[in-house]
Amino acid sequence: MALPSYTETRYRIWHYIYLTICTFVFFFLIAPLFVIFPLSFNAEEFLVFSEGMKNLDPDAFSLRWYKDMIYGTKNPWGLAAKNSFIIAIFATIGSIILGTLAALGLSSRHMPYKGLIMATLISPMIVPLIISGVAIFFFMAKAGLAATHTGIVLAHIILGTPFVVITVTATLSGFDHSVTRAAASLGSNPVNTFMKITLPLILPGVISGGLFAFVTSFDEVVVVLFLAGLENTTIPIQMWTGLREQLSPTILAVATCLILLSTLILISAELLRRRSERLRGINR
Amino acid sequence: MSSETKQILTTDGIPLEVSLKKAEKKNKIKAFLLVAPLLLFLVITYIFPIGDMFMRSVDDRMVTNMLPKTFKAMEKWENLEELPPEEVYRGFYEDYKLLVEKQEHGKLGQRLNKEKNGFNTITKRLFRQIKRNKIDESISIKDQINKIHKRWRNIEFWLAIKRTAPPYTMAKYLKGMDMYVASDGSIAQVDEDRRIHRILWLRTLEIAFFVTLFSFFMGYPIAHLLATLPMKYSNLLMICVLLPFWTSLLVRTASWMILLQQQGVVNDFFVMIGLVGDDNRPEMMYNKVGTYVAMTQILLPFMVLPLYSVMKTISPSLMRAGKSLGGTPFVAFWKVYFPLTIPGIGAGCLLVFILAIGYYITPALVGGASGTLISNQIAFHMKTTLDWSFASAMGLMLLTGVLVIYWIYNKLVGVDNIKLG
Repeated sequence: MALPSYTETRYRIWHYIYLTICTFVFFFLIAPLFVIFPLSFNAEEFLVFSEGMKNLDPDAFSLRWYKDMIYGTKNPWGLAAKNSFIIAIFATIGSIILGTLAALGLSSRHMPYKGLIMATLISPMIVPLIISGVAIFFFMAKAGLAATHTGIVLAHIILGTPFVVITVTATLSGFDHSVTRAAASLGSNPVNTFMKITLPLILPGVISGGLFAFVTSFDEVVVVLFLAGLENTTIPIQMWTGLREQLSPTILAVATCLILLSTLILISAELLRRRSERLRGINR
Repeated sequence: MSSETKQILTTDGIPLEVSLKKAEKKNKIKAFLLVAPLLLFLVITYIFPIGDMFMRSVDDRMVTNMLPKTFKAMEKWENLEELPPEEVYRGFYEDYKLLVEKQEHGKLGQRLNKEKNGFNTITKRLFRQIKRNKIDESISIKDQINKIHKRWRNIEFWLAIKRTAPPYTMAKYLKGMDMYVASDGSIAQVDEDRRIHRILWLRTLEIAFFVTLFSFFMGYPIAHLLATLPMKYSNLLMICVLLPFWTSLLVRTASWMILLQQQGVVNDFFVMIGLVGDDNRPEMMYNKVGTYVAMTQILLPFMVLPLYSVMKTISPSLMRAGKSLGGTPFVAFWKVYFPLTIPGIGAGCLLVFILAIGYYITPALVGGASGTLISNQIAFHMKTTLDWSFASAMGLMLLTGVLVIYWIYNKLVGVDNIKLG
């Protein structure tokens, strides 16, 4: 973004103002996440920076809250983490299978009523979560699935499939269908063709849709608040109750772990996106 | 057309046209079968329940089901200027006695009380008479009931029962707009000091609008910077957008709670630069300021990403061409660059606005009383008052709003422009 040397002064000034605004916005976006890190190592019970921390006194820092998160008596984080992972993994698998199949059907040029069906399939993404929560709760209560893992997994499949449908449909839009015809002409049956030819090519799209579905499930709190009983508590539910009732630094320890997890997911999502663009022949 | 051209045959001897149609049909079915599992799943677990919400919100068969004999007898009540005939009284008495045995009479009293104030008192009186076996079924029930309380002699109360006859009601929707059906059947407004829902609707719209506006003014410059910087810098800066995007909503809300509290980092900073005194730190959380700041930061990535993906496709030579044709950088930007980004602006604003209008978690945590939105009210009725039909009605009103916005957007810009990441 270096300015050409002939730029007039007023545009030069304007350019620096623009850069300053951008810096502020980037700071506004990312800085809040970094407040959590140091405070989670606080030796004291308050959620403010103590004098010791401001002076970088080593005694003011401790791993106390991490220990409490893992070993603390009567604390729900272990159960919550287990539930969250189980639910998210099953919800992701379900979303990937249903979503990928549907995307394959939708990208066929023979598909009837394409627009209407697409709108139905991605509707859980557009409808405000609170409404989805109410509707899904009514269904689960009638089906006897409220306060069960199965019910929550099904609910998260509903919320997660639109992401898989969208990412896989996008990947398939650049897909060269002559390769599947070539496979068929060489004597491969449709299942074999899918496993050996189509799936490897659309895999980046499938996985990145799966990542969206995983994060949606792992981070979901509105619907799960309607559905979960005591046994089905998840990390978001525990954070929600913790933030509402007693703001303890243990929450910040958990939050730090979650930020690390999302960093991991971000990196894999980015790598996948680039691989997918390379495969689809999009060069920038 | 000659008969020869019609009769092109395939190797199997079937006319080509027939064979082609058959193959096309087969492909159609194949494609549909792939979509079918998800479609069926969503229709059963999601689309039907939304329909169920609608049924619940308008359903008003409770009184009709509780008082079958009364309504049957009311068909004979022709002169509505006079008290109903003996049969209606007898029917009501028999229905009510049955309800007392099933211990459901309290529910009826409360429901009728909503229709006409003071009803609960007189049904309770009747209940006591029935419990004491004071009512003689061999003589006129009408006279005996009329003696229990003077309101039983007031025709208004019998008309109130009659009004509950239709199986469907719009009352919950009217309540959501702070209106109600008055005793003469007209629609009236509730008293001015009790109009809570209208305030909530307006506040939800206001917050969604301003959050969208703030996100746009903050998102546009950085999306532009990201799209014009060389790859190696923009990838690094992109992390600033993507990391919050992938981070848990609750984590981000928690960090704003820490930042905005009275002894928090932002207030510390204000004190340090001398903007405010240490003893009168402003309240930045549990009010609208907190809701605006936190929601804007949380929804900003949804504005930046669609803008970025549109700006990325705009060739920089267009701006150069604009400038070389004599436009100042501002004119070139306004006349060339900006119009090309409109699809991105549309997609970003739509996403942010729709997400903001249904927001629930962040306002509930940082909003306090003045930051509650319509979604909080729906959750409140689902969990606390258990008035599920009212929650359904408000949910559907919100959904209608969202769908209207979506439809307008689709007309103006087209939905195909929405992209993820």
